[in-house]
Amino acid sequence: MEVANSIIVWASLLTGSLFAVIGGIGVLRLPDVYTRLHGAGITDTMGAGLILFGLAVHEGFTLITVKLVLIFIFLIITSPASSNAVANAAHSSGLRPMLDSDLKNKASSNSGARS
Amino acid sequence: MFTATTIAILLTMSLAIARMCIGPTIYDRVLAVNMFGTKTVLLIAVLGYLIGRPDFLDIALVYALINFIGTIAVLKFLRYGGFGDTHEMDTQDVDDKSNLSDGGPQ
Repeated sequence: MEVANSIIVWASLLTGSLFAVIGGIGVLRLPDVYTRLHGAGITDTMGAGLILFGLAVHEGFTLITVKLVLIFIFLIITSPASSNAVANAAHSSGLRPMLDSDLKNKASSNSGARS
Repeated sequence: MFTATTIAILLTMSLAIARMCIGPTIYDRVLAVNMFGTKTVLLIAVLGYLIGRPDFLDIALVYALINFIGTIAVLKFLRYGGFGDTHEMDTQDVDDKSNLSDGGPQ
């Protein structure tokens, strides 16, 4: 039982860390605001959710777990709301999503440059 | 295992800081700051386990709230140029689907 508990904690924490790093790389490498929102959303949902789940399994049923669940509920409510607010503000300020043709033109005009 | 998670969260925070510095538009920076705040909440939670004091979760809880309010406040300030002056908001060209306009004090 102890071994299974430890395995669940390890797998959750490491998978959450992997998702967080993947989302961070996506935020740095993707070409557009709207695509970078996707990377930030991965770190906010899967990364935070799995890490907090791993901590809660490690702790057991105590008051600490209640606080972890509260943090998870706050994050699961506020992360889509803030992502939606960023996308809404960017869209209403006149920023348009980058299409595939824009990406090809940009790659052909300055090859190798990161946006 | 908490050390590995802490290192991964710190790596993600450094990537978010890089995007915050080189972001072409202001919305990239707001997005990176929001992501940085979420990673700070996780870092506080994991760090409490790492040093054996899970009491830090209260601070993480408060930081999650402040992070959301701060992001919405910065976006509202960028969009309207102010926080509570609703008379000047009505004169601008604002679509009705925005839920940011009815949050300020009258």
